[in-house]
Amino acid sequence: MRRFGAAVGALAVAASAFAGEIAPSERRSGYDFMSRETRAMQDDDTANPGMLWVLEGGTLWEKKTGAAGRACADCHGDPRASMKGVAARYPAFDAAMGRPISLEQRINRCRVDRQQAPPLAYESRELLALTAFVARQSRGLPIDVTIDARTQPFLDAGRATFHRRQGQLNLACAQCHDDNWGRQLAGNVIPQAHPTGYPLYRLEWQSLGSLQRRLRNCLVGIRAEPYDYGAPELVDLELYLMWRARGMTMDAPAVRP
Amino acid sequence: MDRRTSRRDFLKTAGGVAAGLGLGSVITVVPARATPAEMQEAIRKVVGGARISPGKVKLDLPPLIENGNAVPLTVTVESPMTEAQHVRAVHVFTEKNPQPNVASFHLGPRAGRAKVATRIRLADSQNVIAICELSDGSFWSDSAGIVVTLAACLEDGI
Amino acid sequence: MASALINVPPRAKRGEIIEIKTLISHTMETGFRRTQLGAVIPRDIIRRFVCTYNGTEVFSADLHPAIAANPFIVFSTIAIESGTLVFSWTGDNGFSVTESAAIIVGGPEMAPHTPQRSEPPRETRDGPR
Repeated sequence: MRRFGAAVGALAVAASAFAGEIAPSERRSGYDFMSRETRAMQDDDTANPGMLWVLEGGTLWEKKTGAAGRACADCHGDPRASMKGVAARYPAFDAAMGRPISLEQRINRCRVDRQQAPPLAYESRELLALTAFVARQSRGLPIDVTIDARTQPFLDAGRATFHRRQGQLNLACAQCHDDNWGRQLAGNVIPQAHPTGYPLYRLEWQSLGSLQRRLRNCLVGIRAEPYDYGAPELVDLELYLMWRARGMTMDAPAVRP
Repeated sequence: MDRRTSRRDFLKTAGGVAAGLGLGSVITVVPARATPAEMQEAIRKVVGGARISPGKVKLDLPPLIENGNAVPLTVTVESPMTEAQHVRAVHVFTEKNPQPNVASFHLGPRAGRAKVATRIRLADSQNVIAICELSDGSFWSDSAGIVVTLAACLEDGI
Repeated sequence: MASALINVPPRAKRGEIIEIKTLISHTMETGFRRTQLGAVIPRDIIRRFVCTYNGTEVFSADLHPAIAANPFIVFSTIAIESGTLVFSWTGDNGFSVTESAAIIVGGPEMAPHTPQRSEPPRETRDGPR
């Protein structure tokens, strides 16, 4: 981690003064920046460790749970039809909450309201499995979050977070991911930070994890206090990242170094 | 306990005591890095006193890997895989992981093809050795060097 | 709840060499990592993997902590007859998972089976569906 801090510190000094958004034609998935071996791991469903969570999610989909004794399947039927495109449009506006919520929060809303079961903890095995299972049903589809009068303020808040300098290293997300993508940082190439493959299997974690886990890792990396899981700042940032990646193809569960 | 006992000696004693109490190797506390000599010792334990010749077996490893936590590895042996002439086993070792053994794969004529693939962890840039044991009792080896950008095994668990 | 993904062609010609891919969820805790407070996280790995074909062992592996988390093993066997392939993983702390896959082996007059890539992976599950 010290190595990372020193490298990022040097980058902070060299970084340009203003952040320019990546032109739509120049946008590339993190997949393109990976080695041949890691790409091969993602491409093969029989070798991709993320598929283990998808498999488990499929089992949970059928499992009757909670005081209502209901399974996801009881309301949603065949996931290939009912969940197709769902992950591609989250975070989405939730009328009851009056703000956009993430896919994980949506799943927990269903658990609490429809299944009368307690919500699953963030980054728990079950929640990751269900999220991976739902996200898998959007594979190959373009990201398509809805930005309208209701969600615009939250998109703006997310964009502000992305461009705001934070932490002891006083870095903004934009400085690495808009201005310096493609260059090396502590042994890996800086990607453009498009969330096309989440939840994904990160080799460093040796496990599947959510986008929020990755965002918190980044915040710790720039020595900022990471927002809590489910915090509005993180969901707004997710919304902005998904909007920034609009039209790009979903490929969950991805593999990343 | 003498205050000048080195930490390594203390840990080895503690491990030994645990083993002596029949607790087994629930906690394995070893030096941070094995040495090429320890790898040779591990190989000797598996192979015995037999001579190991280079050849026949091919070890495929990427020359550089971004993250040492999941390195794809394939071992192939040229062999007819008949009852009379086949590969009995393939053993893989590393030079600088905390422990030299990686895996032993047991094949036989039912395999049809002497080819095994898996993913391994590598703690550092180092050499990896594959040794195959043929049905005629001979041993053959191949080695490959690999550069590891981010180490496995030694990161802190959170 | 451990899940395992096994890829075995559902049909093969007699005498054909088939490739089997197995993937099982397991952290393969090495025993060399420490918590933030410095305490060693105890070793917890899968130590042995065995594949039997109609009861006869055709492949096995002894694993050590250097095998990556969620162990992935690819090996081959000759499709000699129809039947069942049984896969078992055992390890520390009483870990034990067994999965099986059926295979239909036809004679040489059987139409060649479609290449593995066009077949979706066969998923097997632990526990009630």
